[in-house]
Amino acid sequence: MSTGKIANGRGKIALLMGLLVAGLLCGVVLAVCVGKYPVTPKESLRILINATFQQPIEASDMTINVVLGLRIPRILASVFVGAALSVAGAAYQGIFQNPLVSPDFLGVSSGACVGAALAILMSLTTVFISLFAFIGGILAFMLTISLPALLRNRSNTVLVLAGIIVGSALSSLLGFIKYTADPDTQLASITYWTMGSFAYVSLRDLAFLIPLLLVPMTILVLMAWWIDVLSMGEEEARTLGADVTKMRGIVILCSTLLTAGSVCIAGTISWVGLIVPHFARMVVGSGNRRLIPFAALLGGLFMLLVDTLTRVIGVSEMPVSIMTGVLGSFFFYWLIWRQRDRIR
Amino acid sequence: MIYFVDNIRFSYRPSLPVVLNGVSLTLEEGDVLTIMGRNGAGKSTLMKCMLGLLKPQQGEVCLCGEKVSLLKPRFIASQVGYVPQNHVPAFGYTVFDYVLMGCASKIGMMSHPGRQEKRDTEKALEMLDISHLKTRKYNELSGGERQQAMIARAIVGKPKAVLFDEPTAHLDVGNQVKVLRIIKSLSETGFAVAITAHDPNHALLLGGKVAIFDREGGVVCGNVEEMVTEEKLRALYGEKLMLRYLEELGRRVCISPNLKSMKSMRLPDDPSASII
Repeated sequence: MSTGKIANGRGKIALLMGLLVAGLLCGVVLAVCVGKYPVTPKESLRILINATFQQPIEASDMTINVVLGLRIPRILASVFVGAALSVAGAAYQGIFQNPLVSPDFLGVSSGACVGAALAILMSLTTVFISLFAFIGGILAFMLTISLPALLRNRSNTVLVLAGIIVGSALSSLLGFIKYTADPDTQLASITYWTMGSFAYVSLRDLAFLIPLLLVPMTILVLMAWWIDVLSMGEEEARTLGADVTKMRGIVILCSTLLTAGSVCIAGTISWVGLIVPHFARMVVGSGNRRLIPFAALLGGLFMLLVDTLTRVIGVSEMPVSIMTGVLGSFFFYWLIWRQRDRIR
Repeated sequence: MIYFVDNIRFSYRPSLPVVLNGVSLTLEEGDVLTIMGRNGAGKSTLMKCMLGLLKPQQGEVCLCGEKVSLLKPRFIASQVGYVPQNHVPAFGYTVFDYVLMGCASKIGMMSHPGRQEKRDTEKALEMLDISHLKTRKYNELSGGERQQAMIARAIVGKPKAVLFDEPTAHLDVGNQVKVLRIIKSLSETGFAVAITAHDPNHALLLGGKVAIFDREGGVVCGNVEEMVTEEKLRALYGEKLMLRYLEELGRRVCISPNLKSMKSMRLPDDPSASII
């Protein structure tokens, strides 16, 4: 019985959460220190603390610039994107009663890719690439949710199928854009963008994007218990007293904003929204009131570590999706191996 | 009166045959109503109309004097507990968390159950005698235990009525009797209970009222004595079912006739066949 492995009771969950927060803080310090321009832990801590309390910082300009100008924005971005993708994944999985659903299955990521590719094709600046990606993601999502209305069937199955239709249509469109792009410059940028990276994040963009992620995340944390109810299926949730259409709408909208926001910060990052909720579920169980906050912390930590790793290994930086893809497939293999007797 | 179903007519689509054709029935506190009918007769459809999941094209379902079509899901859920046909959720919630979901009609949209709801859940688990299962995963329970958890979830919000959709399906005989005993006890505590069932013996065991679907989608309703008769059962199921009074039990039981092999499968009487 696997029940014994799942942490029960408030005490254990609180302890696990505390450990994750501590891990996250250690991870931040680690991420500040390592890289091509090493900073000592003592120095990095001093800069962090002084910067937080607006105190004068005694360090070389170079060090301050690396820490505050480059590494901190990246760290913030990776933590928030990891958390956002994990929360979105957990919420989608609950709503669609399917643990294999990932945040990009409603066509959001494909739409964002098309938007970003168009911006690159028009040689626009990075701000516009992000903006186009966000708009593309939201438009694709709106297209996906309008298909069930056209088909006059609002079931989950039709919505998932609509996501597949829109996703594959947009992939073709992306292919066409790549085909027409200048192979020397634009094609490379598009390809690089679709593999995800935190290298071009600036503190100014984050000041606008982090609230965009925090609001839907807070709503999902507050609605977490209702996601349990909604995961019973539409009819059952209704007989339990849930206003299914409204609640499902809010949860899907919040998760989509999280996905689109993440994509526009860092491009498309695969696997995180699928495996982090899975792993979190194994530790704290399926109840979303525990799962969603836990997945947020775990996802933030995971993304931070992965991004730090991509910064450290290799001569030039590796796109994040390569790393998450490798880790994700290994993890998925392990998951299936664990349940191999139960899968039919 | 808790439920008043007034002459409802329902079909899934105008082009499809009518499933419910002028169905009327009533359900009062302490009633047990067994709904019987052939496969696909419309038993589950009737329940869904009563729960407000489906909207009849004609007629009204009234719950506590209000039209169900105008009520919010939250209000319906606070008045009616529903035990659906056995369905396994995609995630392994603990039995406690599963039963707790029955309190949803009391919880705000940005909120979650508090102490009171948790106490109610403990109580419901105790009532169904499954407190020892509360940390187990619902997905990993046996069919009978799952049924008990579902019933606990249906009554934890203290509704006035409980509807069961084939509560004995997929259960062994022991668990069938157990579930029927729970249903009977619920009606004795004052819940209005309606179940759909296939076995006439279940109607005889529960007593109370019986509603039988005819082939045109109509329903005839009455006491178990007048509704469960040999004549009516034979007309309903098309087999020569027999009702016998059993002295030891002090009630009637329903028995099916002996089996005869099917003509279409009988071995040929051709003498040449026996040579081989």
